[in-house]
Order: sequence, then C-alpha cells, then structure tokens
Amino acid sequence: MEIIHDRRISESYWRHVPDGLLADALSDRPSDAIVVALADWRGQKAALRRRPGPLGVRLGAGDDLDDILDDLESFDVVAIAFANATEGRGYTQARRLRERYGYGGEIRAVGDVSRDRLAFMERCGFNAFELPGDARLRDALDAFGEISDVYQPGADAQPTIASRRA
Amino acid sequence: MYRYDGYDQRLVEERAEQFADQVRRYRLGEIGEDEFKQLRLRNGLYLQRHAYMLRVAIPYGLLSSHQMRGLAHIARRYDRGYGHFTTRQNIQFNWPELDDVPDILRALAKVEMHAIQTSGNVVRNITADHLAGSAGDEIADPRPYCELLRQWSTLHPEFSWLPRKFKIAITGATSDRAAIQLHDIGLQLIEDSAGGLGFKVWVGGGMGRMPVIAKVLREFLPREHLLSYLESILRVYNLQGRRDNIHRARIKILVNSLGIQRFRELVEAEWRHTRASALAVGDAEFRRMQAFFANPDYQQGRSTQAFDKQLASNPLFADWFRHNTREHKVSGYSIVTVSLKTPGVPPGDISAEQMDGLADLADRYSFGEIRASHDQNLVLADVAVADLPELWKSLVNMKLATANVGTLNDMICCPGLDFCSLANAGTLDVAARVNEKFEQLDYLYDLGNVQLKISGCMNACGHHHVGHIGILGVDKRGEEWYQFTLGGSAGNAPALGQRLGAAIAKNRVVQALGDILEVYLARREEGEEFVETVQRIGITPFKERVYGNHSRSTHQRELLAACA
Repeated sequence: MEIIHDRRISESYWRHVPDGLLADALSDRPSDAIVVALADWRGQKAALRRRPGPLGVRLGAGDDLDDILDDLESFDVVAIAFANATEGRGYTQARRLRERYGYGGEIRAVGDVSRDRLAFMERCGFNAFELPGDARLRDALDAFGEISDVYQPGADAQPTIASRRA
Repeated sequence: MYRYDGYDQRLVEERAEQFADQVRRYRLGEIGEDEFKQLRLRNGLYLQRHAYMLRVAIPYGLLSSHQMRGLAHIARRYDRGYGHFTTRQNIQFNWPELDDVPDILRALAKVEMHAIQTSGNVVRNITADHLAGSAGDEIADPRPYCELLRQWSTLHPEFSWLPRKFKIAITGATSDRAAIQLHDIGLQLIEDSAGGLGFKVWVGGGMGRMPVIAKVLREFLPREHLLSYLESILRVYNLQGRRDNIHRARIKILVNSLGIQRFRELVEAEWRHTRASALAVGDAEFRRMQAFFANPDYQQGRSTQAFDKQLASNPLFADWFRHNTREHKVSGYSIVTVSLKTPGVPPGDISAEQMDGLADLADRYSFGEIRASHDQNLVLADVAVADLPELWKSLVNMKLATANVGTLNDMICCPGLDFCSLANAGTLDVAARVNEKFEQLDYLYDLGNVQLKISGCMNACGHHHVGHIGILGVDKRGEEWYQFTLGGSAGNAPALGQRLGAAIAKNRVVQALGDILEVYLARREEGEEFVETVQRIGITPFKERVYGNHSRSTHQRELLAACA
C-alpha cells in the first residue's frame, strides 16, 4: 500500500499480522517484513527473533511502553494504532518513544488516521502514516505546511517560537 | 497588554486559512460529518439549537479598544448586531453562517484574536482574575503567566485530543476572584520564604454534573518550572484519564479515583524527566512577558472637585459609584464595572453599538483596555476618579450604568434552552422574571451581596453550584423545572451549594426566590451577608418556608401534571 513516509508518498512493504494470527506468519514467507501485535510479540519473542525478516510491533492506545523498552532494538517499526479520531494516547506514546527512550526507528500511525491530524502526529515523533485507501495522499502532504511555527518543543527538531525570539 | 509579534500574527492567519480549507473540503464531502465536528470545535464553532455559534477567545479576559471594535464589526457584519460574554471571559456570536466563519476568523486575526481551542477536548482559554494589575491585594500580576500558558497550550501537538476539556485559571491576588479551585488546574501565585516567585498548584476542581473542589497538588512550584510541571500533569491525564464515559472523563474523576497522593507521585515521576527540558522558562522570557503588562502612565494630582460634588448631590451617581466601582491600587484611580445585567437584556449580552461606545470610553478614560469578568460584566480597570462623573454620564446614555453590581440582579446565567442544544430548561426567561420581580434597587441594596447563578443543565455553565443561590434547570418529562441550591461560594474557601429540596415549577421560581430572601431578611444578624446567614442557620428554615408555603397537595398536583 501507499503511505506517507518522511513527508513523501512511498510504497510500504510491511504486512500487518492481525492480532492473534501469528502462527501462520511464523511459518509463511519468513523474510517478509511484518508488524505484530504487542501480545504476540510477548508470546513469541524467541521465534520472532529467529525469523530472518524485518520486524515491527503494534501498540494499542492502552498498551504500556515499558513492555517493549528492553526490546526496542529488535524493531524497525513501532506502529501505534488509533482506534478512533479522538484517541489521544498515541501522541504521548510516540513522544515518550522518541524523547525519553531515544527510539530512532520508524514510528507509524495506523488505524483511524486522517490528514488533519498529521501535523500534530509528526510533531510527536510519528514519521509514517497509513491513511485509508480512499485518502488523497498528495493533498494530505499539504497538512504539514499549514501552520509554519510552533510554540512548544516536541519530538521534532523544529525550533520553537520562543527560541527564535531569543 | 500583550501584543502579537510576527510569529503570533502568522499563526492566527494561517489558522484561519487552514479552517477555510477544512470548510471547503467538508463542503466537497472529503471530510465526514464526525471528523468535521472535531475540527470546527477546535475553532470554537458549535452547532446549536437554531444555528452555529462561534466562541471567540479573550485570553484571560483582556481586550484592547481596537479589539472591541473588531468584535463590534463581526457582530454587525456576520451576526445579528450583538454578542454574548460568557462565564469563561470569552464572547459568543449566536448566528454566524458556516461559510462566513473563515472570514470571521480572518477578521479576528486582523485584531490579534482567534477562536482556537475555545471548544473541544483541549486546553481551553486560560482565565484569570479580571482585576489583575489593578487590585491592591496582588502578590504578582498573573497575566504574563497566562500569556505564557496561552502560547504553550496553543495547538499543543500532544494534548489536542485529551479525554475531555481542560480549564486552567490563575490568580495573583490574596483574594481569589478567578475561582481557581473550581478548575482542572488552579494556579495561585505566591512567594516562597526566600522571596522567589512560584505557584501553589491545585488540581481536579470543576463544576458540571459532579462538582468537586480542587485539591492541592503542590505547595510551591518555582515559576521557571510552570510549563514542564503542567505538561507532566497533562501527560498523566492524557494517558490515564477515562475515555470510555464522557461523564467520567474530566481530570477530577482521575484524581479522585487514584487519590491525590498517587496522582502526585505519577506527576512527580513524569516531571523528573521533563523539568530539565526546553520547557524551562528563563528570567529573560519572564521579563519580556512582564513588560507587556507594565503599569500604565497613572496621572497624579488631578482635582476631584466635580466628583465630590456629584457624589454629594446626585444619588443616582452615588449609587452607581458605591456598587459599580471599587478601590484601585493607585490612589486617585478607580476600577469600574460596566454592568451587562441591564434589566430586559439577557445577562452578558451587549450590542455592537455598545461595544463601539465602550471602546471609545476605554480610549478616553482607561488606557484603551477593557476586561471581561467571569461574572459576565466588563471592567474598565484604570479610571481616574476625576473622570468618573463624565464616564458615568456616557454609560447612562449607553444603558450600561445599571447600579446593580454585586446585587441579586447581577446574576450569572448561561444561554439555556433558547440557544444551547444541551440545555434542559430556559434560563433567560427566568433571569428576566427575577429582574422584573426584584427591580427595586433599594430592596436589592438592602439584600446586599447575593450571588445568584443559573444554569440550564447539569453542565453548570452558569456556575450554579457556587452561587449563594444556585438555580439548575431540569427537564421533567418535557417540562422545565428548577432545582435550588443554597450556600455555595467561589473564592478562597469555596463551597458547593446544598440542595434545597425537590425541583420547583417554572411559574413558582420567582416566588421561591422571594421566600428565600424573606427568610434571610427576617433572620439575618447585624452586618451579616446572605451566605453567612445560610451558613449559620442551615438550609432548613429556607426549606420550610419554600416548601411549607406551598401545600403538599399543590405540590403533588404539579408533579402529577408534569408527569401527565
């Protein structure tokens, strides 16, 4: 599928393994890049580590980051799922990953993701976005340029208005 | 007052264009109804009973005359010639067309204003003591800190999708006029023993259907840590606040369920990570902010002969002076409250002509500034005593000189069923009936300070829980009934009113109010205010009078009629 990655439209080769359906994925196409649910990671760490393909983990809004802190280097992608448009916990999870735990890999927003929240998500550390199939990705790229300046420090490198005034 | 620089200005201009594009995509069907609702709410745009309503932010209640003229222009051009000041120091326009709203936001941007985050589950407009900078009991002016918080909270990327709305209030005075203990976060400016400035931090207060008085979270927070500490509170709330039930989603519920001690531990643990971050505010930034709120150029030595003469010879002026002005920190100056409680006009409403007129008066007499107070009046905070007679004459001509500030008729009142789609019952007609019944100023003056607060539903926008007399509109099978509470108060020792008894039918509300006031007049001791009498004698005598006067059988008939 096409996604937005680092403010560009690109093809994503990551395959989401639905919650609880890990068994097939472990035997099938072992070099595929897969994203697995946190619970599946917890249950099958050793098997997943043995797998040659790239690995990502998918967090729900209520999941605790502490559960993956020691394993962060195992993941090329941390996907954070939004169950609906008003779900706000993912923003905090992403900032913690970037700012406190120094995670440098891809943080991908999945689930209910839409254009008008992309800029906030990016400021919190997301750099990849899966939008619904009918989304106008090219138009959605405009979302990042709508507001030029920011008042508060975030997970991005953008200097704050206060720092530019000083 | 604070003035935008190029960054602030560009942000509000871009925000208007962003919303224009969102409206365009909504009209094309590219944004669905549910998602558009979330976007418009973040620009203060509600869909009400009859039309859209746009709530414009007045940061900490402070307006320039230029801004007031901008609001008058919007009222005339895009609304029906008036606006409504709210209990959160904002102004609402009740009749905008959706397709005009981008232009309204552009017009606001031209006068350094916006409607950002006046609704939605975000940090709302920061409110403050409406006498900031002019009252004599101030430890420090809260407005520089309000402006810092306004900027920090504006389009905050992490906290734009909180479990529920979030309200912050600040006072810098020893007497709390901002009801900080009834906010999600309340901040009181204090000095520590070494003379360092900081905040006593309260958390988890609020009104609504489950009123709670805030708890002390931290006795002293050095001011440089204001943003990092608040960010820690918001972060704990964002992760742990309930999202499964809108009525359990405010931070007060989280604080109560965890307990203040556990909540404090979580905040402090979070803060250990963030306190040394880029959120720390340096002295240079405080000085920069404080410079915007420096004292105006007060003039000394003006003759007050004309004032003294008016005061001695004109009882109307004397009444107005006694009730609608108060002492200023600088001698020779006075703080003037412009009553928006003129009988016959919904509390808080003001016409475009009055806005323009008041802007002119602010320019002439009060250094070009106007404040909105949380009790839905306006304030000219820096008027020379020598100018009071002239100012009064002008206000009389504009019908803005009703000498009823602090009286029963100076009531707080939400828009109720006439406008609001959440309301269960009308409030404006109740307010009008109260005004008609208790129109005699001498009677109102004899009653003294009685704060009447009316809400049209449990959301408590009219602050009924903290009214000396609170009235809550309830729906009983399609009829409007009213629940009274007595003995509430905001301020330094806030109290929630006690429920008087069963709800009362609309046609008996004014009678019940009269009964309550008569009990007070009969039972008060020398110099005792209404709320003090309630505290001393309890609510039983009031209850007996209100319900005893009204025979049980009549009451039952009314109940039966309501249920029929």
